[in-house]
Amino acid sequence: MSKIIEGLLYSDSHEWVKVDGDVAVIGVSDFAQAEMGDITYVDMPEVDDEVTKGEDFGALESVKASSELYSPVSGVVVEVNEALEDAPELVNEDAFANWIIKVKMSDKSELDDLMDAAAYAEIAK
Amino acid sequence: MLERVGVKSLDDLYADVPAGFIYKGEYDLPDALSEQEVRDWFEGLAARNTRLKVFAGAGAYDHYTPSVVPYIISRSEFLTAYTPYQCEISQGTLRYIFEFQSMICALTGMDVSNASMYDGPTAAAEAMRMAVASARKKNTVLLSSTLLPNVVKTVETYAKYFGTNIVMIGSENGQTSLEALRRAMECGDVAGAIVPGINRFGIVEDLTGFAETLHEGKALFVEYCDPSALAVLKTPAEWGADVAVGDGQPLGIPLCFGGPYVGFMACTKDHMRKLPGRIVGETVDGQGRRAFVLTLQAREQHIRREKATSNICSNESLMALFVTVYLSLMGPEGMKEVNEKSYAGAHLLHDELLKTGKFEEVFDKPFLKEFVLKPLVDVKALQAKLYERGFFGALETEEGYVSFCVTEKRTRAEIEALVAAVKEV
Amino acid sequence: MKYYDRLIFELSKSGRRAYTLPASADPASRFAIPAGLLRAEAPALPEVSEVDVVRHYTNLSQMNFGVDTGFYPLGSCTMKYNPKINEEIAAMPAFQGIHPLQDESTVQGVLEVYYQMDKALSAITGMKHFTLNPCAGAHGELTGLMVMRSYHASRGDFARTKVIVPDSAHGTNPASAAVCGLSIVEVKSNASGLVDVEDLKPLLGPDIAGIMMTNPNTLGLFEKDIREIASLVHDCGGLLYYDGANMNPLLGVVRPGDMGFDIMHLNLHKTFSTPHGGGGPGSGPVGVADRLAEFLPTPKVVEENGRYRIVGDAPLSAGQVSGYMGNFGVILRAYAYILMLGKQHLALAGKLATLGANYIKESLKDAYKLPIPSVCKHEFVFDGLIDDGSATGKPGATTLDVAKRLLDFGFHAPTIYFPLLFHQALMIEPTETESKETLDAFIDVMHEIAREAAEDPDILHGAPHNAPISRPDETMAARRPVLKYQDELS
Repeated sequence: MSKIIEGLLYSDSHEWVKVDGDVAVIGVSDFAQAEMGDITYVDMPEVDDEVTKGEDFGALESVKASSELYSPVSGVVVEVNEALEDAPELVNEDAFANWIIKVKMSDKSELDDLMDAAAYAEIAK
Repeated sequence: MLERVGVKSLDDLYADVPAGFIYKGEYDLPDALSEQEVRDWFEGLAARNTRLKVFAGAGAYDHYTPSVVPYIISRSEFLTAYTPYQCEISQGTLRYIFEFQSMICALTGMDVSNASMYDGPTAAAEAMRMAVASARKKNTVLLSSTLLPNVVKTVETYAKYFGTNIVMIGSENGQTSLEALRRAMECGDVAGAIVPGINRFGIVEDLTGFAETLHEGKALFVEYCDPSALAVLKTPAEWGADVAVGDGQPLGIPLCFGGPYVGFMACTKDHMRKLPGRIVGETVDGQGRRAFVLTLQAREQHIRREKATSNICSNESLMALFVTVYLSLMGPEGMKEVNEKSYAGAHLLHDELLKTGKFEEVFDKPFLKEFVLKPLVDVKALQAKLYERGFFGALETEEGYVSFCVTEKRTRAEIEALVAAVKEV
Repeated sequence: MKYYDRLIFELSKSGRRAYTLPASADPASRFAIPAGLLRAEAPALPEVSEVDVVRHYTNLSQMNFGVDTGFYPLGSCTMKYNPKINEEIAAMPAFQGIHPLQDESTVQGVLEVYYQMDKALSAITGMKHFTLNPCAGAHGELTGLMVMRSYHASRGDFARTKVIVPDSAHGTNPASAAVCGLSIVEVKSNASGLVDVEDLKPLLGPDIAGIMMTNPNTLGLFEKDIREIASLVHDCGGLLYYDGANMNPLLGVVRPGDMGFDIMHLNLHKTFSTPHGGGGPGSGPVGVADRLAEFLPTPKVVEENGRYRIVGDAPLSAGQVSGYMGNFGVILRAYAYILMLGKQHLALAGKLATLGANYIKESLKDAYKLPIPSVCKHEFVFDGLIDDGSATGKPGATTLDVAKRLLDFGFHAPTIYFPLLFHQALMIEPTETESKETLDAFIDVMHEIAREAAEDPDILHGAPHNAPISRPDETMAARRPVLKYQDELS
């Protein structure tokens, strides 16, 4: 049973969002990291890149697989988690503590399409 | 065996094939031959080829092949293996690829090399796509007009279908024009540029200012190089290039009518994740011993499918071994000598040809083993005379110049004989 | 095989040499390239003696497994025996010493090989013409798709930007399509493992450039609805592309051209016995139907009154796809193979390959899960062990474990975890060059491994036990890449 944190929003492609004013902190769920197994690389966008809700902004890689990361919101990347560049295993260790990107949202109403922890628990089984 | 399978005849194994598709005819092919007859047949074909003393290059260079190289690469443990999927019984292949990558990095000065590409021109085409992938939204790649024609043509083909714009950059006195490059950058859509280190006129290009100009416009700087010449010439890394590509053929690979050769592709650490093709990395096994594996595979077609950096799967592994063994034998001294001797022969021929009065100098630029002259005689007659005397040289360029190439294999006597033939034209 | 832990760089001793070169043509010449164009330091290449080099690479070779070492049932790779006469032919100086730009009059023997190979491959496949310029199967796929796009473009039909690929396809198919600027539409397989015609129908339309199919497919099954698929795709204006990776079982039985395919590639290193070389050089000739011949890449060889000529450019050609005219050395080997087998034996190769695959399948289905029980062609897929030993309370043995254990018994492993349709896929292709005795030995070992798994799966988890190395840490290799000697990347 994977860990799910209350108070975060979730997408059906297993990203989580923590809302901090008009900035969305985005990571992947514990379920997603467990499905991937040992993560060997986190492909991330650069600061100032635009992301679009539902489109990929990067990928998680393991030895034998690659899984796209889909942005739960639209906006501009304001920060990427540089620690992951040299230590992708941090996502395996704690997927919630180790966020991937922060996005300045262009349309906060997009958050309405995301799930709460209870709803996400139903699909992350 | 048929009984175990539960069928009565071999044909029953194809019972699921719609009857109309079963081939009832007989292949329009000869009857089976014995080994001796096959050998005779090919000897007959071989007799219809003429071996010539090669005084031409244009992408395929007649350097000497030490006897150890074909001996090693014909070992069947290397020759009859496939891609090293089962690394525990493929450490031989994986280790030589790791050595190959190391040597390509040593020659180019780059941080990372892949396990090889098909040939130089297709490696350049892959670099074109890599530039576009790195730049994301920009879609124009610049090609120097001093690149070899087969490189330009191949890149253009790939670009046409991939949907990338190709813009040619002009030359000035036989060398890629920095001014033309600057002007081409102004469109703001340039993802990268491919420029030769030694160009189709044989000239060693001075790439001062290229890296700055390209990087200012956030474009990838790709150098197309001759790996043999890189043993002495300024490296792509020293010129500030992001990617180095080229053909490994000048590293002793037989001419063999154009293939098999081996492309190479190396880049700086920043671009490592966009590098196409197989890559071998070092790790440890369960007992902590040094071991080698295919790595960074998440870039590749069998995992990424349509999102892969390239469709390349197999490369030219055995030819990568060829190059690795060649470079091991030659070492830094041998490679230096190859270049010095090629230089000496080429400059001797250059000067002697000018003395015949049948050519004019075109460019006043440094060259290594290949050069062009402007002929004052009929080119066809010149070429015919050379063929008659057993030489292959005086390849005509699109400008009407003729090019010659001299490697360390060409002796003084051969050079003199060629000059004597020219005098008769 | 024994473990040998040296890299050539580690044998280096300053000043040691392994080469000799002739005297300079001009001893007086001084190397006078301006210093600004020269590298600062000599490249860090090894300095070793000739015997160092020979021993080092001989030792490396002894950590390798090839077809000449033992049975290599790697599915979809057609690891048949590579006849030695082919090597001798390819090494003839009158082929090896020929410059690719020599005048036609001096290379008539070379050009005849191109011409005869075009004819031979056309006869075998029912296509009209072949280009031999692509250097590998994936390169052939890309070239074939370029021909497909050129054909549509020549008709002013620019809307065809999608290509249909079955979910069972090799990963190269979608990757090649993407490199060729086409987007992918996936068509599903039905319960019998074949392309689902009902799923295909709604995908067809004016935006479809064509469909790429492997027949028999990657499950080793003949796509028997191919006639209907061909007419559906043709009716919508698309073309049929045949991925020749699995051509071997059709030798002498079915010709892709007769099935309605318009474009195809062959892998000379699979079907036509040229050595795989540890992953190349290969050769991926592309054949086309008559109406597509003018779109084939250049340069190409034509015959006029018994003389052969090279055509450098052609108005409708897809263009130049490689440096010269492909891997001539590989083409020579394949042509020798065709001549050696002749029409009779070539026509038998496919059937014998199919017999071998079915024999293994029937012999092992009591121990390995067979998801699709019908008669297969040259290869088939098991979906892991029937009894993986998890009843012992230990973790069950996976397909990876079976593959690694096979190495201990002197066999190469099958292709594993492909196709993606089955989670524990184990794809076996024996080829026609293996005797019944070899197949029986393999079957016995596979049974032995299944017994071991049921009794103590840990034996498999720890495999291989007898290889030069045990399972390496691939995660570490990918997380902290060390990609060259004395690397300091991270």
